[in-house]
Amino acid sequence: MSDAAQKRTPLYDEHVRLGAKMIPFGDWIMPVQYSGIIGEHQAVRKNVGVFDISHMGQLVATGSAAGSWLNEMLTNNIDKLEVGTGQYTFLLNEQGGIIDDLIVYRTGSEEFLLVVNASRADEDFAWLKKHLGENAELENRSEDYGGVAIQGPHVVDLFHALLGANVDLPERNHIVDRNLDRMHISIARTGYTGEDGVEVFFQAKDAAAFWNLVLEKGQELGIKACGLGARDTLRLEMCYPLNGSDLSPEHNPIEAGLGFFVDLTKPKFIGREVLAKAKESGTANRLVAFRMKSKGPPPRPHYAVWREGAPIGEVTSGTLSPSLNEGIGMAYVASAQAKTGTELEIEIRGQKFPAVIEKKPLYKKS
Amino acid sequence: MNVPDDLHYTESHEWVRQEGENARVGITDHAQAELTDVVFVELPKVGATAEARGQIAVVESVKAASDIYAPVKGTVVEVNNALEGNPALINTDPFGEGWIFVLKMDSPDEVKQLKDAAAYRALIG
Repeated sequence: MSDAAQKRTPLYDEHVRLGAKMIPFGDWIMPVQYSGIIGEHQAVRKNVGVFDISHMGQLVATGSAAGSWLNEMLTNNIDKLEVGTGQYTFLLNEQGGIIDDLIVYRTGSEEFLLVVNASRADEDFAWLKKHLGENAELENRSEDYGGVAIQGPHVVDLFHALLGANVDLPERNHIVDRNLDRMHISIARTGYTGEDGVEVFFQAKDAAAFWNLVLEKGQELGIKACGLGARDTLRLEMCYPLNGSDLSPEHNPIEAGLGFFVDLTKPKFIGREVLAKAKESGTANRLVAFRMKSKGPPPRPHYAVWREGAPIGEVTSGTLSPSLNEGIGMAYVASAQAKTGTELEIEIRGQKFPAVIEKKPLYKKS
Repeated sequence: MNVPDDLHYTESHEWVRQEGENARVGITDHAQAELTDVVFVELPKVGATAEARGQIAVVESVKAASDIYAPVKGTVVEVNNALEGNPALINTDPFGEGWIFVLKMDSPDEVKQLKDAAAYRALIG
């Protein structure tokens, strides 16, 4: 792919100015790190970090039947959402395979914001448009918005410094609108790191001003600009799935261990029959978390997983955990061998290294 | 980016310090900066023979595993065991304590075929 074909977020110039190492990520060119993945990871666990998430897609659904229509498109139950709240959910194909995982917010009685993966935004939009119901409309607003994730234990202090000591952050999974220096921002209390944090969306033209204000106010709180590298190690320690690696159209949410976000009491949604059957009779494979038992090379996607001399699966995500300082990963393995405590071997360059299935998440706050 | 004048270089970003019949090998400052935080090094075995440009070691960062190639033909006579406990030496001191292995060269003249510092600077721009 040529550089010209790579889409830039409205924060591209800020990343370059900060000396970020830029890499292709789907259609986008994104910062993988600024100062170093491990240092950025630790900043989020101990202080606070800010990530550019402007590449993520924003789809807006409106209309008197928007809610009932989305309830037939998504696995979680829209009816549980009050105005100003959101939920994690899946968009499935007819076979129950995962097209995307996303967060849907009810931003008005008849208005919904879907925050979707960058690499799937166009595909999600096309799929939803194809299945659009009566009295519902859908717009792709991805180009209009920039966004950042601000994550870490100092996030509340940072927002008090930004908005005033008397302004409260929204509660977990809630979204509120605020004004800041003539900028209109939407703040959602959510994240992908396991730390307290927010995702903030704003007009693309305000992106650089907001980003720099956050870095300035966060300076004395130990803030670091963080890239995709730290985003990946942080989410993997929490066993949050990454679409395209741990989730794909070949797997359904039950196999991925994410049935909590599927409401089978709903009478109808795309993929429901397959999921109901999967829930009742079990699935052939299961996404498990594992930890390497000895010092050695870190596990990586596509490495084979063995048990008692037989191959039982494949690694989907793997890295060296900066918090635990050991190799960690997730893998689809045969369901019969997916119990916590099961001894595995991970094949790395022809050699097998011992590992053990662990309970999710792999990292627990002490 | 640091490119010491007294070393030889490969297109795959290894450096070579000639020490008589031996060649001490590591990866360049440019390479470590591209790889980012090194978290694991798979060292070659002492006594292993290496072909020029043959894969001989692996350096892993948080993000990815990268092959390291023997710059010249020879036999491994020494490896840097300190990297097993502290692989980040490759990041902090790539041309010093971050060396990876020493080869006894089959023909020490082979070093002359590698890039000098000026040619390597041109390669990395």
